Amino acid sequence: MMARGAELFLRTMIARAYPRVIGASRERSWLFFETVMPLLSTAAYVFFYRAINAPEDYIGLVVVGGAMTAYWLNVLWSMSSQLYWDKDAGNLALYIAAPGSLMAILLGMAAGGLIMTTTRAAIIILGGWLLFGVEFSLDSWALLIVAFAITMAALYGMGMLFASLFLLFGREAWHMSNLLQEPIYLFSGFYFPVSALPLWIVAAASLIPLTLGLDAMRQLLFPGNPTFGFLSVRIEIAALLALAVLFIAFSRFALAHMERLAMREGRLTERRR
Amino acid sequence: MHQAARSFRVATWLGWQIESNWADPFLFLIYSIVKPVTSVMILVVMYWVIAQTDTSSDYFAYMYVGNTAYIYVGSILVGVSWAIIDDREHYQTLKYIYISPIRIYFYLLGRGMARFLTGTLSVVVTMAFGLVVLNLSIQLAEVNWLYFVASMAIGLASMAVMGLLLGAATLQMARHYWSVGESVAGALYLLCGAIFPVDSLPDWLQPVSMVLPLTYWLESLRRSLLGSEASMEISPSLARFSDGQLLLILLGSTLIMAVGSVYFFRWSEHQAREKGLIDMTTHY
Repeated sequence: MMARGAELFLRTMIARAYPRVIGASRERSWLFFETVMPLLSTAAYVFFYRAINAPEDYIGLVVVGGAMTAYWLNVLWSMSSQLYWDKDAGNLALYIAAPGSLMAILLGMAAGGLIMTTTRAAIIILGGWLLFGVEFSLDSWALLIVAFAITMAALYGMGMLFASLFLLFGREAWHMSNLLQEPIYLFSGFYFPVSALPLWIVAAASLIPLTLGLDAMRQLLFPGNPTFGFLSVRIEIAALLALAVLFIAFSRFALAHMERLAMREGRLTERRR
Repeated sequence: MHQAARSFRVATWLGWQIESNWADPFLFLIYSIVKPVTSVMILVVMYWVIAQTDTSSDYFAYMYVGNTAYIYVGSILVGVSWAIIDDREHYQTLKYIYISPIRIYFYLLGRGMARFLTGTLSVVVTMAFGLVVLNLSIQLAEVNWLYFVASMAIGLASMAVMGLLLGAATLQMARHYWSVGESVAGALYLLCGAIFPVDSLPDWLQPVSMVLPLTYWLESLRRSLLGSEASMEISPSLARFSDGQLLLILLGSTLIMAVGSVYFFRWSEHQAREKGLIDMTTHY
């Protein structure tokens, strides 16, 4: 019997996640390049802060920021621009022709990449704790998990929205992802408290879920440092929840719309190299 | 030799087209400016948050020069290793390169050269931003230009060779969303003291830093731009080397790596052919 509704959605997700999971176990070089190397890269910012005699809390701040880069890169390269890559490889047309939804395919990509992404984030956190003696507060684990989960929902919702735009892009998609990498590190405050930026920049950057998500998580992990907070944790979580609902709803609409547009303009199989 | 030069020239042109012709020149210029400037602004804000001082100190210039010059490392290392993935899996032309009269070693150098050209645009913009907006303590009239040119020339050759080493390794790897070049460049960012003096590293890590050519390249660049005394004061562990010694160490290590890269490339290429990886596509 043919799968429908939620079952079809789930099966599509699993089908797209499968090659990523198998790929990760078949080609294990990522264990080195995706864990040790990013840890060293994050450590550069740690030593920079140490060289200018920053308070120890800032080391923890960098470690958390460094860990969260994994999720931003995953959204950018493994979800959004992956559609462009799949289009050039001829897979996108097959995705559209198959009965599953594009949203399930994108979530499958995200879920499949989570092994690598979470391993990278976990190694950076673990490295920060073992190598740099970062001490995390354990008082609000439940709230921390809630903040993280809602940040992820909003972030991946935004990733799906980006992906819908990338349906229409050619090679620009690749460069657009490249362009978004560092500016988001800057405006979302990956390596410094976001409250250090002017208010209007932070307000605009708050549309990127990682801005508020990182700030909330840092407040929960390092409650002793009042300079880390932009807004209170509860307000940030509420705002993230609103962003998650907005992005997921909007991405559902945008994906359907862009898919129709791409079909009409014949862009699903084009290879503008 | 003629074939090698032709492979290099054509690959440079091809690489430049791939890097730049996806957008109109104005958009490409914006793209080339935004990325490096925001990248360097991360450090500027980190510095401001803690030091709360103006940006005309020698230490700030030391950090800024290292970070700006490092744009080349990212560009070239990523450029060469990504060229393998791009040609093999995206354009699917690597197998055709192997059956045409192209010297792949020089072809990859050419692709690195294209990244060098786009990187230069970023470096120039970032340095101009530092000099004009951030008031860096660099007096252009006092720069040791001859030393600067020598350091740049050897340093870039060193990066090209490192790129080839990574390219050779990439021949045997699948494509995940990361790039090997980016990971290695990120790690070297720490080890060669791009944004802090290597003296800030723990004692057990400093010897690693001292065997990396990039450490000497960045130090020689800083000495040429900031003056030897200012740079030596900030980084005492490198102060024991004279300006000339820095360049000699850089040159020697580059030559050793160049010889090693030829053999490693041949070995890796042989492995890739034997395992049938030249036309591998990994759509994970």
